[in-house]
Amino acid sequence: MRRRGEPGVPVPLLVPAVLAVAFLALPLAGLVIRAPWGELGPQLAGPAVGQALRLSLVSATAATGLSLVLGVPLAWVLARSQARGRSVLRALVTVPLVLPPVVGGVALFLVLGRQGIVGRWLDQALGVTIPFTTTAVVIAETFVAMPFLVISVEGALRAADARFEDAAATLGADRWTTFRRVTLPLVAPGIAAGAVLCWARALGEFGATITFAGNFPGTTQTMPLAVYLALQQDPDAAIVLSLVLLVVSVATLLLLRDRWFSRSGAAA
Amino acid sequence: MTLVADVRVARGPLAVELDLEVADGEVLAVLGPNGAGKSTLLRVLAGLLPPDGGRVAVAGETWDDVPAGVHVPAHERRLGVVFQDHLLFPHLSVTDNVAFGLRTRGLRRPAARAAAAEWLARVGIAELGDRRPGRLSGGQAQRAALARALVGEPALLLLDEPLSALDARTRLTVRAELRRHLADFPGSTVLVTHDPVDAMALADRVVVVEEGRVVQAGTPADVSRHPRTDYVARLVGLALLPGTGEGTAVRLDGGGRVAVAEETAGPVFVAVRPESVALWTSRPEGSPRNVWPARLVSATPHGSTVRCELDGEVPLVADVTATAFAELGLAPGAPVWASVKASDTAVYAR
Repeated sequence: MRRRGEPGVPVPLLVPAVLAVAFLALPLAGLVIRAPWGELGPQLAGPAVGQALRLSLVSATAATGLSLVLGVPLAWVLARSQARGRSVLRALVTVPLVLPPVVGGVALFLVLGRQGIVGRWLDQALGVTIPFTTTAVVIAETFVAMPFLVISVEGALRAADARFEDAAATLGADRWTTFRRVTLPLVAPGIAAGAVLCWARALGEFGATITFAGNFPGTTQTMPLAVYLALQQDPDAAIVLSLVLLVVSVATLLLLRDRWFSRSGAAA
Repeated sequence: MTLVADVRVARGPLAVELDLEVADGEVLAVLGPNGAGKSTLLRVLAGLLPPDGGRVAVAGETWDDVPAGVHVPAHERRLGVVFQDHLLFPHLSVTDNVAFGLRTRGLRRPAARAAAAEWLARVGIAELGDRRPGRLSGGQAQRAALARALVGEPALLLLDEPLSALDARTRLTVRAELRRHLADFPGSTVLVTHDPVDAMALADRVVVVEEGRVVQAGTPADVSRHPRTDYVARLVGLALLPGTGEGTAVRLDGGGRVAVAEETAGPVFVAVRPESVALWTSRPEGSPRNVWPARLVSATPHGSTVRCELDGEVPLVADVTATAFAELGLAPGAPVWASVKASDTAVYAR
């Protein structure tokens, strides 16, 4: 109560801020309160849960890996190159951020589906079919999550002092060597932050996945799909699955936060 | 390893047009106010900024030749740069920072680290090789940056305000050390600075730059005695007298003694600003301990003051107000007495 009297926090800001915290925290608290703690063991031991959780972790990690391999170079191009059309490029990158994921799923289906522009060729020439496979899950998650990584790495690159790259050049490093030995280590914390955001977004991906990859237990049924399905048949199971996702998300954040802190401490 | 540069480059409203020549082993100071185009010149010489016109050649190799379409990128130039705030890579140890340039040029890690360790010893921080740059003091970091610039035996050494990020006391020591290392360096050196003391103490020749053009060039003594613009007069009107410290006095190499405010020993410079030199027609009585007879060589008005060049046992430059100059009624060749308070002198090691 004394806090309200403290200088620097005007009541018109404090009240909405408290409401915002309540708004964000209450649903999570509800989840914990309503959890059927007694049945937790049997529910978690069910085969469907383990399967969905494993698939979610594997596909989110694969999507993050793919995003790193493709997204970090794209972020560098956006932040450092003088190429024309960079603003168009940035707009393109941002589209998946604001696009409803279902629409993303439909778009992926039109391109990579059996009748799609690329998918038809893949099917006929290589005998590869992507939709309704685990690969499709990874692609859908990458499509939705990679922009988070690109935007955050680009921000880190812009914030990093480009004069270190000048210094590297005067020491005989070409741009690729400079990127590997100077730029990348300097923005590593930013890349880690982007990767966590990307991974969390991929883990929670629902719309694009169900549209493009379907909902097959064991191959494409990730945790969010399993939660949605369970809610219609067995609400208690849905709560348990949701709790698992909540714990995984929070644990990842905490784990990586510690790593960032120790890393920035060592660099300082 | 002579540097021959004729640089034409436009940066926004500033058109830089500079002709420079620096011989082997020579140190050229480019002195000028902020925004005069000094840093732009340095970026062009380093290859970080392609010029709009002109040529840059070092040791007979063409690095830039705009008419011929030649531009050698920074990483293919044999140069070393010391940046103002050292720019040591924060994620590498000091040794790895110094070894960086050798590694990029293909030397194996053990050999590069050995050469780096040798240079760290030369700049006096051998024991700090395993530290991260973040755990060095300003002076230590600037020494490491110098080692990093020199370890690759560059043909051209560029110093960008190398002392301006240091506190006053550290600056004195690092400046004296830098002087020693520059004396051993066989290539050409270009020092960019806005501090006349750095220019005077470190350079063989000074080029004063204003708004992208050279307004004056010459030896440090020459430039300070005959400033051609008000800016140069205000900036470099400082007399630097070499001598040997003997307690609270300095015996000057050119003869004569100067009383100073603090105890000194060994080879030093005494710096006297022209506005702290007072002129008298007869020997003054009272407090000043430094009084010398002199002869007025020339008097040049600059704004509201008159710069007087004095000849005598102690060569000095004095700035007096136009009114005072008129009251003294001095003409070139006239005998005068010059006085300086001990507290108005600055002494530093050389």
